[in-house]
Amino acid sequence: MKRTIFNNQLLPWLLLAPQLAITFIFFIWPAAQAVWQSFLREDAFGIKTTFVGMENYWRLLDSPEYMNSLQVTAVFAVSVTLLSMGFSLLLAVAVDRMIKSSQIYTTLLVWPYAVAPAVAGILWWFIFNPTIGILPYVLDQFRYDWNHISDKGDAMLLVVIASAWKQISYNFLFFVAGLQSIPSSLREAAAIDGAGPVKRFFTITLPLLSPTTFFLMVVNIVYAMFDTFAVIDSTTEGGPAQATNIMVYKVYFDGFVGQNLGSSGAQSVILMLIVIALTVIQFRYVEKKVEY
Amino acid sequence: MIENRPGLNFLAHLVLIFGVAIVAMPVWIAFVASTHTATDFSSGTIPMLPGPHLVENYSRMLDSGLSTSGTPPVGWMMVNSLIMALSIAIGKIVISVLSAFAIVYFRFPFRNFAFWCIFITLMLPVEVRIVPTFQVVAGLGLLNSYAGLSIPLIASATATFLFRQVFLTIPDELTEAARIDGAGPMKFFRDILLPLSRTNIAALFVILFIYGWNQYLWPLLVTTDSSYYTIVAGIKRMADAVDGLPQWHLVMATAIMAMLPPVAVVIAMQKLFVKGLVETEK
Repeated sequence: MKRTIFNNQLLPWLLLAPQLAITFIFFIWPAAQAVWQSFLREDAFGIKTTFVGMENYWRLLDSPEYMNSLQVTAVFAVSVTLLSMGFSLLLAVAVDRMIKSSQIYTTLLVWPYAVAPAVAGILWWFIFNPTIGILPYVLDQFRYDWNHISDKGDAMLLVVIASAWKQISYNFLFFVAGLQSIPSSLREAAAIDGAGPVKRFFTITLPLLSPTTFFLMVVNIVYAMFDTFAVIDSTTEGGPAQATNIMVYKVYFDGFVGQNLGSSGAQSVILMLIVIALTVIQFRYVEKKVEY
Repeated sequence: MIENRPGLNFLAHLVLIFGVAIVAMPVWIAFVASTHTATDFSSGTIPMLPGPHLVENYSRMLDSGLSTSGTPPVGWMMVNSLIMALSIAIGKIVISVLSAFAIVYFRFPFRNFAFWCIFITLMLPVEVRIVPTFQVVAGLGLLNSYAGLSIPLIASATATFLFRQVFLTIPDELTEAARIDGAGPMKFFRDILLPLSRTNIAALFVILFIYGWNQYLWPLLVTTDSSYYTIVAGIKRMADAVDGLPQWHLVMATAIMAMLPPVAVVIAMQKLFVKGLVETEK
Protein backbone atom coordinates (compact mmCIF):
# COMPACT_ATOMS: atom_id res chain seq x y z
CA MET A 1 0.00 0.00 0.00
CA LYS A 2 1.37 3.38 -1.02
CA ARG A 3 1.65 6.13 1.61
CA THR A 4 2.12 8.88 -0.94
CA ILE A 5 -0.83 9.27 -3.25
CA PHE A 6 -2.22 11.88 -5.57
CA ASN A 7 -5.46 13.55 -4.54
CA ASN A 8 -7.07 14.02 -7.93
CA GLN A 9 -10.57 12.49 -8.09
CA LEU A 10 -11.38 12.65 -11.79
CA LEU A 11 -8.01 11.66 -13.22
CA PRO A 12 -8.01 8.02 -11.99
CA TRP A 13 -11.34 7.43 -13.72
CA LEU A 14 -9.97 8.83 -16.95
CA LEU A 15 -6.96 6.54 -16.62
CA LEU A 16 -9.18 3.54 -15.94
CA ALA A 17 -11.74 4.37 -18.62
CA PRO A 18 -10.23 2.47 -21.58
CA GLN A 19 -9.59 -0.68 -19.54
CA LEU A 20 -13.04 -0.61 -17.92
CA ALA A 21 -14.83 0.13 -21.20
CA ILE A 22 -13.23 -2.85 -22.96
CA THR A 23 -13.74 -5.08 -19.94
CA PHE A 24 -17.44 -4.27 -19.77
CA ILE A 25 -18.16 -4.45 -23.50
CA PHE A 26 -16.11 -7.53 -24.38
CA PHE A 27 -15.91 -9.48 -21.12
CA ILE A 28 -18.59 -8.82 -18.56
CA TRP A 29 -21.48 -8.15 -20.94
CA PRO A 30 -20.85 -11.32 -23.04
CA ALA A 31 -20.38 -13.37 -19.89
CA ALA A 32 -23.70 -12.08 -18.57
CA GLN A 33 -25.25 -12.91 -21.94
CA ALA A 34 -23.94 -16.46 -21.71
CA VAL A 35 -25.53 -16.85 -18.30
CA TRP A 36 -28.83 -15.39 -19.55
CA GLN A 37 -28.85 -17.54 -22.70
CA SER A 38 -28.29 -20.62 -20.61
CA PHE A 39 -31.81 -20.15 -19.19
CA LEU A 40 -33.46 -19.69 -22.59
CA ARG A 41 -34.59 -22.00 -25.29
CA GLU A 42 -34.85 -20.92 -28.91
CA ASP A 43 -37.04 -22.69 -31.46
CA ALA A 44 -35.56 -24.13 -34.64
CA PHE A 45 -36.05 -20.95 -36.67
CA GLY A 46 -34.78 -18.57 -34.00
CA ILE A 47 -38.07 -16.69 -33.91
CA LYS A 48 -39.33 -17.45 -30.44
CA THR A 49 -37.31 -17.71 -27.25
CA THR A 50 -38.78 -18.94 -24.02
CA PHE A 51 -37.43 -18.89 -20.53
CA VAL A 52 -36.88 -22.48 -19.44
CA GLY A 53 -34.98 -22.05 -16.18
CA MET A 54 -32.53 -24.84 -15.44
CA GLU A 55 -33.77 -27.09 -18.23
CA ASN A 56 -30.68 -26.62 -20.43
CA TYR A 57 -28.51 -27.72 -17.51
CA TRP A 58 -30.60 -30.79 -16.72
CA ARG A 59 -30.55 -31.76 -20.39
CA LEU A 60 -26.77 -31.42 -20.49
CA LEU A 61 -26.29 -33.54 -17.41
CA ASP A 62 -28.62 -36.12 -18.94
CA SER A 63 -26.90 -36.15 -22.32
CA PRO A 64 -24.43 -39.00 -22.93
CA GLU A 65 -22.58 -36.74 -25.37
CA TYR A 66 -21.83 -34.19 -22.67
CA MET A 67 -20.79 -36.88 -20.22
CA ASN A 68 -18.50 -38.23 -22.93
CA SER A 69 -17.06 -34.75 -23.43
CA LEU A 70 -16.39 -34.42 -19.69
CA GLN A 71 -14.60 -37.73 -19.67
CA VAL A 72 -12.62 -36.94 -22.82
CA THR A 73 -11.56 -33.59 -21.32
CA ALA A 74 -10.40 -35.27 -18.11
CA VAL A 75 -8.37 -37.95 -19.92
CA PHE A 76 -6.93 -35.36 -22.28
CA ALA A 77 -5.98 -32.81 -19.60
CA VAL A 78 -4.38 -35.39 -17.32
CA SER A 79 -2.42 -37.00 -20.18
CA VAL A 80 -1.13 -33.69 -21.55
CA THR A 81 -0.14 -32.51 -18.07
CA LEU A 82 1.67 -35.72 -17.10
CA LEU A 83 3.44 -36.21 -20.42
CA SER A 84 4.60 -32.64 -20.79
CA MET A 85 5.58 -32.11 -17.15
CA GLY A 86 7.40 -35.44 -16.88
CA PHE A 87 9.46 -34.85 -19.96
CA SER A 88 10.19 -31.22 -19.02
CA LEU A 89 11.31 -32.18 -15.52
CA LEU A 90 13.74 -34.73 -16.96
CA LEU A 91 15.22 -32.08 -19.26
CA ALA A 92 15.34 -29.44 -16.51
CA VAL A 93 17.19 -31.80 -14.13
CA ALA A 94 19.67 -32.58 -16.90
CA VAL A 95 20.23 -28.90 -17.71
CA ASP A 96 20.68 -28.15 -14.01
CA ARG A 97 23.85 -30.30 -14.04
CA MET A 98 25.33 -28.29 -16.90
CA ILE A 99 27.57 -25.33 -16.25
CA LYS A 100 28.92 -24.24 -19.58
CA SER A 101 26.31 -25.56 -21.98
CA SER A 102 23.08 -24.84 -20.09
CA GLN A 103 22.48 -21.63 -22.03
CA ILE A 104 22.76 -23.37 -25.39
CA TYR A 105 20.43 -26.19 -24.40
CA THR A 106 17.91 -23.72 -22.98
CA THR A 107 17.85 -21.78 -26.24
CA LEU A 108 17.38 -25.01 -28.19
CA LEU A 109 14.47 -26.05 -25.97
CA VAL A 110 12.68 -22.77 -25.40
CA TRP A 111 11.43 -21.84 -28.86
CA PRO A 112 8.36 -24.15 -29.14
CA TYR A 113 6.71 -21.72 -26.72
CA ALA A 114 6.37 -19.39 -29.70
CA VAL A 115 4.76 -21.94 -32.01
CA ALA A 116 1.01 -21.42 -32.34
CA PRO A 117 -1.08 -24.36 -31.05
CA ALA A 118 -2.79 -24.47 -34.45
CA VAL A 119 0.59 -24.84 -36.18
CA ALA A 120 1.67 -27.50 -33.67
CA GLY A 121 -1.50 -29.40 -34.54
CA ILE A 122 -0.84 -29.17 -38.28
CA LEU A 123 2.78 -30.30 -37.87
CA TRP A 124 1.87 -33.42 -35.92
CA TRP A 125 -1.07 -34.12 -38.16
CA PHE A 126 1.32 -34.22 -41.10
CA ILE A 127 3.81 -36.41 -39.26
CA PHE A 128 1.04 -38.87 -38.36
CA ASN A 129 -0.73 -38.68 -41.73
CA PRO A 130 -1.75 -42.30 -42.41
CA THR A 131 -0.74 -42.27 -46.10
CA ILE A 132 2.37 -40.08 -46.29
CA GLY A 133 3.34 -39.42 -42.66
CA ILE A 134 6.65 -40.60 -41.30
CA LEU A 135 5.53 -42.09 -37.99
CA PRO A 136 2.80 -44.39 -39.40
CA TYR A 137 5.53 -45.68 -41.73
CA VAL A 138 7.78 -46.41 -38.74
CA LEU A 139 4.89 -47.89 -36.74
CA ASP A 140 4.06 -50.10 -39.70
CA GLN A 141 7.46 -51.77 -39.31
CA PHE A 142 6.27 -52.79 -35.83
CA ARG A 143 3.00 -54.01 -37.37
CA TYR A 144 0.96 -51.22 -35.81
CA ASP A 145 -1.64 -49.86 -38.18
CA TRP A 146 -1.90 -46.15 -37.27
CA ASN A 147 -5.04 -44.32 -38.34
CA HIS A 148 -6.18 -41.30 -36.35
CA ILE A 149 -8.98 -40.63 -38.84
CA SER A 150 -10.90 -43.74 -37.86
CA ASP A 151 -9.31 -44.97 -34.63
CA LYS A 152 -10.42 -43.21 -31.43
CA GLY A 153 -7.31 -44.05 -29.43
CA ASP A 154 -4.96 -42.93 -32.18
CA ALA A 155 -6.81 -39.64 -32.52
CA MET A 156 -6.57 -38.97 -28.78
CA LEU A 157 -2.88 -39.84 -28.80
CA LEU A 158 -2.31 -37.44 -31.68
CA VAL A 159 -3.90 -34.44 -29.94
CA VAL A 160 -2.21 -35.30 -26.64
CA ILE A 161 1.23 -35.44 -28.27
CA ALA A 162 0.73 -32.22 -30.23
CA SER A 163 -0.54 -30.35 -27.15
CA ALA A 164 2.14 -31.70 -24.81
CA TRP A 165 4.92 -30.95 -27.30
CA LYS A 166 3.89 -27.30 -27.42
CA GLN A 167 3.93 -27.04 -23.61
CA ILE A 168 7.39 -28.59 -23.00
CA SER A 169 9.29 -25.31 -23.21
CA TYR A 170 6.99 -23.56 -20.76
CA ASN A 171 7.24 -26.28 -18.11
CA PHE A 172 10.97 -26.60 -18.71
CA LEU A 173 11.57 -22.88 -17.99
CA PHE A 174 9.61 -22.98 -14.74
CA PHE A 175 11.28 -26.21 -13.58
CA VAL A 176 14.72 -24.73 -14.29
CA ALA A 177 13.79 -21.61 -12.31
CA GLY A 178 12.51 -23.83 -9.49
CA LEU A 179 15.67 -25.94 -9.44
CA GLN A 180 17.88 -22.87 -9.36
CA SER A 181 16.07 -21.52 -6.32
CA ILE A 182 16.95 -24.63 -4.28
CA PRO A 183 20.00 -23.72 -2.14
CA SER A 184 22.94 -25.83 -3.27
CA SER A 185 24.13 -26.11 0.35
CA LEU A 186 21.27 -28.55 1.00
CA ARG A 187 22.35 -30.90 -1.73
CA GLU A 188 26.00 -30.51 -0.83
CA ALA A 189 25.28 -31.46 2.76
CA ALA A 190 23.39 -34.53 1.60
CA ALA A 191 26.24 -35.46 -0.72
CA ILE A 192 28.71 -35.25 2.16
CA ASP A 193 26.41 -37.50 4.15
CA GLY A 194 26.76 -40.00 1.35
CA ALA A 195 23.47 -39.63 -0.50
CA GLY A 196 23.84 -40.41 -4.19
CA PRO A 197 22.32 -38.33 -6.98
CA VAL A 198 19.18 -40.46 -7.27
CA LYS A 199 18.51 -40.43 -3.55
CA ARG A 200 19.16 -36.68 -3.42
CA PHE A 201 16.69 -36.13 -6.22
CA PHE A 202 13.87 -37.99 -4.49
CA THR A 203 14.51 -36.83 -0.90
CA ILE A 204 15.58 -33.21 -1.45
CA THR A 205 15.00 -31.86 -4.95
CA LEU A 206 11.55 -33.25 -5.62
CA PRO A 207 9.96 -32.18 -2.31
CA LEU A 208 11.48 -28.69 -2.57
CA LEU A 209 10.22 -28.48 -6.12
CA SER A 210 6.66 -29.24 -5.09
CA PRO A 211 5.42 -25.59 -5.13
CA THR A 212 6.61 -25.25 -8.73
CA THR A 213 5.12 -28.62 -9.61
CA PHE A 214 1.78 -27.68 -8.12
CA PHE A 215 1.71 -24.33 -9.89
CA LEU A 216 2.58 -25.97 -13.21
CA MET A 217 -0.09 -28.61 -12.68
CA VAL A 218 -2.81 -25.95 -12.41
CA VAL A 219 -1.43 -23.97 -15.37
CA ASN A 220 -1.16 -27.10 -17.51
CA ILE A 221 -4.70 -28.19 -16.74
CA VAL A 222 -5.95 -24.72 -17.71
CA TYR A 223 -3.84 -24.90 -20.87
CA ALA A 224 -5.11 -28.35 -21.82
CA MET A 225 -8.72 -27.38 -21.16
CA PHE A 226 -8.82 -24.03 -22.96
CA ASP A 227 -5.78 -23.22 -25.10
CA THR A 228 -5.81 -26.48 -27.01
CA PHE A 229 -8.92 -25.51 -28.92
CA ALA A 230 -6.73 -24.72 -31.92
CA VAL A 231 -4.97 -28.10 -31.74
CA ILE A 232 -8.30 -29.93 -31.83
CA ASP A 233 -9.83 -27.77 -34.54
CA SER A 234 -6.81 -27.96 -36.84
CA THR A 235 -6.56 -31.75 -36.55
CA THR A 236 -9.44 -34.00 -35.51
CA GLU A 237 -12.30 -31.48 -35.15
CA GLY A 238 -13.53 -33.46 -32.16
CA GLY A 239 -13.73 -36.77 -34.01
CA PRO A 240 -13.73 -39.61 -34.74
CA ALA A 241 -17.06 -40.37 -33.06
CA GLN A 242 -16.62 -37.62 -30.41
CA ALA A 243 -13.35 -39.18 -29.21
CA THR A 244 -11.53 -35.83 -28.97
CA ASN A 245 -14.50 -33.52 -28.41
CA ILE A 246 -13.20 -31.62 -25.37
CA MET A 247 -15.54 -29.22 -23.55
CA VAL A 248 -14.21 -26.02 -25.08
CA TYR A 249 -14.62 -27.47 -28.53
CA LYS A 250 -18.15 -28.58 -27.79
CA VAL A 251 -19.16 -25.08 -26.62
CA TYR A 252 -17.98 -23.71 -29.94
CA PHE A 253 -19.45 -26.51 -32.01
CA ASP A 254 -22.89 -26.51 -30.37
CA GLY A 255 -23.07 -22.71 -30.46
CA PHE A 256 -21.73 -21.90 -33.92
CA VAL A 257 -22.25 -25.01 -35.98
CA GLY A 258 -25.25 -26.51 -34.17
CA GLN A 259 -26.83 -23.08 -33.42
CA ASN A 260 -28.02 -24.39 -30.06
CA LEU A 261 -27.44 -21.22 -28.04
CA GLY A 262 -29.16 -22.37 -24.86
CA SER A 263 -27.04 -25.48 -24.52
CA SER A 264 -23.88 -23.63 -25.54
CA GLY A 265 -24.64 -20.96 -22.94
CA ALA A 266 -25.12 -23.55 -20.22
CA GLN A 267 -21.82 -25.18 -21.20
CA SER A 268 -20.12 -21.77 -21.07
CA VAL A 269 -21.37 -21.22 -17.55
CA ILE A 270 -20.11 -24.64 -16.40
CA LEU A 271 -16.71 -23.89 -17.96
CA MET A 272 -16.58 -20.47 -16.31
CA LEU A 273 -17.16 -22.09 -12.93
CA ILE A 274 -14.27 -24.49 -13.62
CA VAL A 275 -11.94 -21.62 -14.63
CA ILE A 276 -12.94 -19.63 -11.55
CA ALA A 277 -12.19 -22.63 -9.31
CA LEU A 278 -8.80 -23.16 -10.95
CA THR A 279 -7.94 -19.45 -10.73
CA VAL A 280 -8.82 -19.35 -7.05
CA ILE A 281 -6.59 -22.38 -6.41
CA GLN A 282 -3.76 -20.72 -8.33
CA PHE A 283 -4.07 -17.48 -6.38
CA ARG A 284 -4.23 -19.24 -3.04
CA TYR A 285 -0.96 -20.87 -4.00
CA VAL A 286 0.60 -17.57 -5.10
CA GLU A 287 -0.27 -15.98 -1.78
CA LYS A 288 1.35 -18.86 0.06
CA LYS A 289 4.44 -18.54 -2.05
CA VAL A 290 4.72 -14.85 -1.18
CA GLU A 291 4.90 -15.73 2.51
CA TYR A 292 8.07 -17.80 2.08
CA MET B 1 27.46 -29.27 -9.41
CA ILE B 2 28.24 -31.26 -6.33
CA GLU B 3 30.54 -34.05 -7.30
CA ASN B 4 32.24 -34.88 -10.54
CA ARG B 5 30.64 -37.89 -12.14
CA PRO B 6 31.55 -38.15 -15.80
CA GLY B 7 29.01 -40.92 -16.32
CA LEU B 8 26.13 -38.80 -15.06
CA ASN B 9 27.24 -35.81 -17.07
CA PHE B 10 27.36 -37.95 -20.17
CA LEU B 11 23.88 -39.24 -19.41
CA ALA B 12 22.60 -35.67 -18.91
CA HIS B 13 24.01 -34.61 -22.28
CA LEU B 14 22.41 -37.65 -23.85
CA VAL B 15 19.00 -36.83 -22.33
CA LEU B 16 19.26 -33.24 -23.52
CA ILE B 17 20.30 -34.11 -27.05
CA PHE B 18 17.44 -36.59 -27.21
CA GLY B 19 15.09 -33.89 -25.89
CA VAL B 20 16.27 -31.30 -28.39
CA ALA B 21 15.84 -33.86 -31.18
CA ILE B 22 12.25 -34.65 -30.14
CA VAL B 23 11.40 -30.99 -29.81
CA ALA B 24 12.92 -30.13 -33.19
CA MET B 25 11.70 -33.19 -35.11
CA PRO B 26 8.30 -31.89 -36.28
CA VAL B 27 9.81 -28.65 -37.51
CA TRP B 28 12.59 -30.45 -39.35
CA ILE B 29 10.08 -32.70 -41.10
CA ALA B 30 7.93 -29.70 -42.00
CA PHE B 31 10.95 -27.91 -43.36
CA VAL B 32 12.04 -30.92 -45.43
CA ALA B 33 8.49 -31.31 -46.79
CA SER B 34 8.41 -27.64 -47.74
CA THR B 35 11.42 -28.05 -50.02
CA HIS B 36 9.93 -30.82 -52.18
CA THR B 37 7.20 -31.04 -54.80
CA ALA B 38 3.85 -32.74 -54.28
CA THR B 39 4.88 -35.69 -56.44
CA ASP B 40 7.78 -36.50 -54.09
CA PHE B 41 5.22 -37.56 -51.46
CA SER B 42 2.89 -39.48 -53.72
CA SER B 43 5.56 -42.06 -54.52
CA GLY B 44 5.22 -43.33 -50.94
CA THR B 45 8.82 -42.98 -49.79
CA ILE B 46 9.18 -40.11 -47.37
CA PRO B 47 12.15 -37.82 -47.98
CA MET B 48 14.34 -37.15 -44.93
CA LEU B 49 16.60 -34.54 -46.51
CA PRO B 50 15.72 -31.15 -48.01
CA GLY B 51 14.96 -31.06 -51.72
CA PRO B 52 15.82 -28.42 -54.32
CA HIS B 53 12.47 -26.59 -54.39
CA LEU B 54 12.86 -24.31 -51.37
CA VAL B 55 12.96 -20.95 -53.13
CA GLU B 56 10.29 -21.98 -55.61
CA ASN B 57 7.76 -23.12 -52.95
CA TYR B 58 8.29 -20.23 -50.56
CA SER B 59 8.22 -17.47 -53.16
CA ARG B 60 5.11 -19.02 -54.70
CA MET B 61 3.31 -18.97 -51.33
CA LEU B 62 4.46 -15.46 -50.46
CA ASP B 63 3.37 -13.99 -53.80
CA SER B 64 0.26 -15.85 -54.83
CA GLY B 65 -0.66 -18.36 -52.13
CA LEU B 66 -2.90 -21.36 -52.61
CA SER B 67 -5.62 -20.14 -54.91
CA THR B 68 -7.72 -23.29 -54.45
CA SER B 69 -8.22 -22.64 -50.73
CA GLY B 70 -9.48 -19.09 -51.21
CA THR B 71 -6.73 -17.64 -49.03
CA PRO B 72 -4.74 -14.56 -50.01
CA PRO B 73 -0.96 -14.70 -50.52
CA VAL B 74 0.99 -15.62 -47.38
CA GLY B 75 2.83 -12.29 -47.49
CA TRP B 76 -0.49 -10.49 -47.11
CA MET B 77 -1.66 -12.74 -44.25
CA MET B 78 1.62 -12.10 -42.45
CA VAL B 79 1.02 -8.35 -42.68
CA ASN B 80 -2.43 -8.88 -41.14
CA SER B 81 -0.94 -11.03 -38.36
CA LEU B 82 1.67 -8.37 -37.71
CA ILE B 83 -0.96 -5.63 -37.44
CA MET B 84 -3.05 -7.78 -35.12
CA ALA B 85 -0.12 -8.82 -32.90
CA LEU B 86 1.22 -5.27 -32.61
CA SER B 87 -2.23 -3.79 -31.86
CA ILE B 88 -2.84 -6.36 -29.14
CA ALA B 89 0.61 -5.97 -27.57
CA ILE B 90 0.69 -2.17 -27.64
CA GLY B 91 -2.99 -1.75 -26.77
CA LYS B 92 -2.78 -4.11 -23.80
CA ILE B 93 0.35 -2.47 -22.43
CA VAL B 94 -1.09 1.05 -22.75
CA ILE B 95 -4.42 0.36 -21.05
CA SER B 96 -2.81 -1.82 -18.37
CA VAL B 97 -0.08 0.62 -17.43
CA LEU B 98 -2.64 3.44 -17.15
CA SER B 99 -5.08 1.47 -15.03
CA ALA B 100 -2.33 0.10 -12.78
CA PHE B 101 -1.17 3.69 -12.22
CA ALA B 102 -4.72 4.73 -11.28
CA ILE B 103 -5.15 1.82 -8.88
CA VAL B 104 -1.80 2.18 -7.11
CA TYR B 105 -1.40 5.97 -6.88
CA PHE B 106 -4.93 7.24 -6.26
CA ARG B 107 -7.63 6.72 -3.65
CA PHE B 108 -11.10 7.17 -5.02
CA PRO B 109 -14.60 5.78 -4.42
CA PHE B 110 -15.27 2.37 -5.97
CA ARG B 111 -11.54 1.76 -6.36
CA ASN B 112 -11.94 -1.81 -5.16
CA PHE B 113 -14.92 -2.34 -7.41
CA ALA B 114 -12.89 -1.24 -10.46
CA PHE B 115 -10.07 -3.50 -9.36
CA TRP B 116 -12.39 -6.52 -9.16
CA CYS B 117 -13.94 -5.79 -12.55
CA ILE B 118 -10.47 -6.02 -14.06
CA PHE B 119 -9.57 -9.03 -11.94
CA ILE B 120 -12.56 -11.01 -13.16
CA THR B 121 -11.28 -11.01 -16.77
CA LEU B 122 -8.61 -13.45 -15.60
CA MET B 123 -11.37 -15.99 -15.22
CA LEU B 124 -13.09 -15.60 -18.57
CA PRO B 125 -10.99 -16.82 -21.48
CA VAL B 126 -12.43 -15.90 -24.86
CA GLU B 127 -13.02 -19.54 -25.80
CA VAL B 128 -15.49 -19.93 -22.95
CA ARG B 129 -17.82 -17.05 -23.83
CA ILE B 130 -17.23 -17.27 -27.54
CA VAL B 131 -20.80 -17.06 -28.87
CA PRO B 132 -21.97 -13.94 -26.97
CA THR B 133 -18.63 -12.17 -27.55
CA PHE B 134 -19.01 -12.81 -31.26
CA GLN B 135 -22.55 -11.41 -31.12
CA VAL B 136 -21.35 -8.24 -29.38
CA VAL B 137 -18.59 -7.70 -31.94
CA ALA B 138 -20.99 -8.38 -34.82
CA GLY B 139 -23.54 -5.98 -33.28
CA LEU B 140 -20.90 -3.24 -33.15
CA GLY B 141 -20.16 -3.82 -36.85
CA LEU B 142 -16.58 -4.82 -36.14
CA LEU B 143 -16.50 -8.05 -38.17
CA ASN B 144 -13.81 -7.99 -40.86
CA SER B 145 -11.82 -5.15 -39.35
CA TYR B 146 -8.52 -4.81 -37.54
CA ALA B 147 -10.39 -3.33 -34.58
CA GLY B 148 -12.59 -6.44 -34.36
CA LEU B 149 -9.51 -8.65 -34.57
CA SER B 150 -7.62 -6.95 -31.77
CA ILE B 151 -9.76 -4.91 -29.35
CA PRO B 152 -11.73 -7.83 -27.78
CA LEU B 153 -8.41 -9.50 -26.94
CA ILE B 154 -6.83 -6.37 -25.44
CA ALA B 155 -8.42 -6.27 -21.98
CA SER B 156 -6.60 -8.58 -19.65
CA ALA B 157 -5.89 -8.59 -16.00
CA THR B 158 -2.45 -10.23 -16.10
CA ALA B 159 -0.71 -7.17 -17.55
CA THR B 160 -2.47 -4.86 -15.08
CA PHE B 161 -1.37 -7.09 -12.21
CA LEU B 162 2.21 -7.15 -13.41
CA PHE B 163 2.40 -3.34 -13.54
CA ARG B 164 0.68 -3.09 -10.17
CA GLN B 165 3.41 -5.30 -8.68
CA VAL B 166 6.13 -3.23 -10.34
CA PHE B 167 4.67 0.07 -9.11
CA LEU B 168 4.29 -1.24 -5.56
CA THR B 169 8.05 -1.89 -5.41
CA ILE B 170 8.91 1.69 -6.40
CA PRO B 171 9.86 3.57 -3.20
CA ASP B 172 7.48 6.21 -1.84
CA GLU B 173 10.40 8.62 -1.44
CA LEU B 174 10.55 9.02 -5.21
CA THR B 175 6.91 10.08 -5.35
CA GLU B 176 7.39 12.46 -2.43
CA ALA B 177 10.45 14.03 -4.02
CA ALA B 178 8.61 14.44 -7.30
CA ARG B 179 5.68 16.12 -5.56
CA ILE B 180 7.94 18.48 -3.59
CA ASP B 181 9.51 19.45 -6.90
CA GLY B 182 6.04 20.34 -8.08
CA ALA B 183 5.42 17.44 -10.47
CA GLY B 184 1.77 16.60 -11.16
CA PRO B 185 0.59 13.01 -11.46
CA MET B 186 0.99 12.78 -15.23
CA LYS B 187 4.45 14.30 -15.18
CA PHE B 188 5.44 11.82 -12.47
CA PHE B 189 3.97 9.00 -14.56
CA ARG B 190 5.82 10.02 -17.71
CA ASP B 191 9.18 11.01 -16.25
CA ILE B 192 9.58 8.51 -13.42
CA LEU B 193 7.20 5.52 -13.61
CA LEU B 194 7.49 4.77 -17.32
CA PRO B 195 11.31 4.88 -17.46
CA LEU B 196 11.50 2.68 -14.34
CA SER B 197 9.26 0.02 -15.85
CA ARG B 198 10.99 -0.05 -19.24
CA THR B 199 12.33 -3.59 -18.99
CA ASN B 200 8.97 -4.90 -17.74
CA ILE B 201 7.24 -3.26 -20.67
CA ALA B 202 9.72 -4.79 -23.12
CA ALA B 203 9.42 -8.25 -21.57
CA LEU B 204 5.65 -8.08 -21.61
CA PHE B 205 5.72 -6.90 -25.19
CA VAL B 206 7.54 -10.06 -26.28
CA ILE B 207 4.96 -12.30 -24.62
CA LEU B 208 1.96 -10.34 -25.87
CA PHE B 209 3.29 -10.18 -29.41
CA ILE B 210 3.49 -13.99 -29.47
CA TYR B 211 0.04 -14.24 -27.89
CA GLY B 212 -1.42 -11.97 -30.56
CA TRP B 213 0.36 -13.60 -33.48
CA ASN B 214 -0.72 -17.09 -32.42
CA GLN B 215 -4.43 -16.32 -32.03
CA TYR B 216 -6.53 -18.83 -33.90
CA LEU B 217 -10.21 -19.15 -33.01
CA TRP B 218 -10.94 -15.45 -32.80
CA PRO B 219 -9.57 -14.47 -36.23
CA LEU B 220 -11.21 -17.55 -37.72
CA LEU B 221 -14.61 -16.31 -36.52
CA VAL B 222 -14.43 -12.56 -37.11
CA THR B 223 -12.86 -12.63 -40.56
CA THR B 224 -14.90 -13.87 -43.51
CA ASP B 225 -13.30 -11.42 -45.92
CA SER B 226 -10.05 -13.00 -47.07
CA SER B 227 -8.20 -9.67 -47.06
CA TYR B 228 -8.28 -9.80 -43.23
CA TYR B 229 -7.12 -13.41 -42.83
CA THR B 230 -4.21 -13.96 -40.46
CA ILE B 231 -1.61 -16.58 -41.23
CA VAL B 232 -2.26 -18.90 -38.27
CA ALA B 233 -5.98 -19.04 -39.04
CA GLY B 234 -5.21 -19.21 -42.77
CA ILE B 235 -3.21 -22.43 -42.44
CA LYS B 236 -6.28 -24.31 -41.33
CA ARG B 237 -8.19 -23.07 -44.36
CA MET B 238 -5.37 -24.30 -46.59
CA ALA B 239 -5.12 -27.67 -44.89
CA ASP B 240 -8.87 -28.16 -45.31
CA ALA B 241 -8.45 -27.85 -49.06
CA VAL B 242 -5.70 -30.46 -49.02
CA ASP B 243 -8.00 -33.44 -49.42
CA GLY B 244 -8.15 -33.20 -53.23
CA LEU B 245 -4.57 -33.03 -54.40
CA PRO B 246 -1.93 -33.29 -51.68
CA GLN B 247 -0.43 -29.81 -51.41
CA TRP B 248 1.42 -30.67 -48.21
CA HIS B 249 4.66 -29.10 -49.37
CA LEU B 250 2.91 -25.72 -49.66
CA VAL B 251 1.00 -26.06 -46.38
CA MET B 252 4.26 -26.91 -44.60
CA ALA B 253 6.01 -23.93 -46.20
CA THR B 254 3.21 -21.76 -44.78
CA ALA B 255 3.54 -23.40 -41.36
CA ILE B 256 7.26 -22.61 -41.32
CA MET B 257 6.59 -19.00 -42.29
CA ALA B 258 3.89 -18.71 -39.61
CA MET B 259 6.38 -19.92 -36.99
CA LEU B 260 9.34 -17.77 -38.00
CA PRO B 261 8.42 -14.32 -36.59
CA PRO B 262 7.40 -15.41 -33.06
CA VAL B 263 10.23 -17.95 -32.79
CA ALA B 264 12.72 -15.31 -33.92
CA VAL B 265 11.37 -12.92 -31.28
CA VAL B 266 11.74 -15.54 -28.52
CA ILE B 267 15.27 -16.47 -29.48
CA ALA B 268 16.43 -12.88 -29.99
CA MET B 269 14.86 -11.66 -26.75
CA GLN B 270 15.37 -14.81 -24.69
CA LYS B 271 16.44 -13.07 -21.46
CA LEU B 272 13.60 -10.55 -21.57
CA PHE B 273 11.14 -13.22 -22.57
CA VAL B 274 11.97 -15.50 -19.64
CA LYS B 275 11.86 -12.58 -17.21
CA GLY B 276 8.50 -11.50 -18.54
CA LEU B 277 7.08 -15.01 -18.47
CA VAL B 278 8.11 -15.80 -14.91
CA GLU B 279 6.97 -12.39 -13.62
CA THR B 280 3.63 -12.36 -15.41
CA GLU B 281 2.69 -15.76 -14.09
CA LYS B 282 3.52 -14.95 -10.48
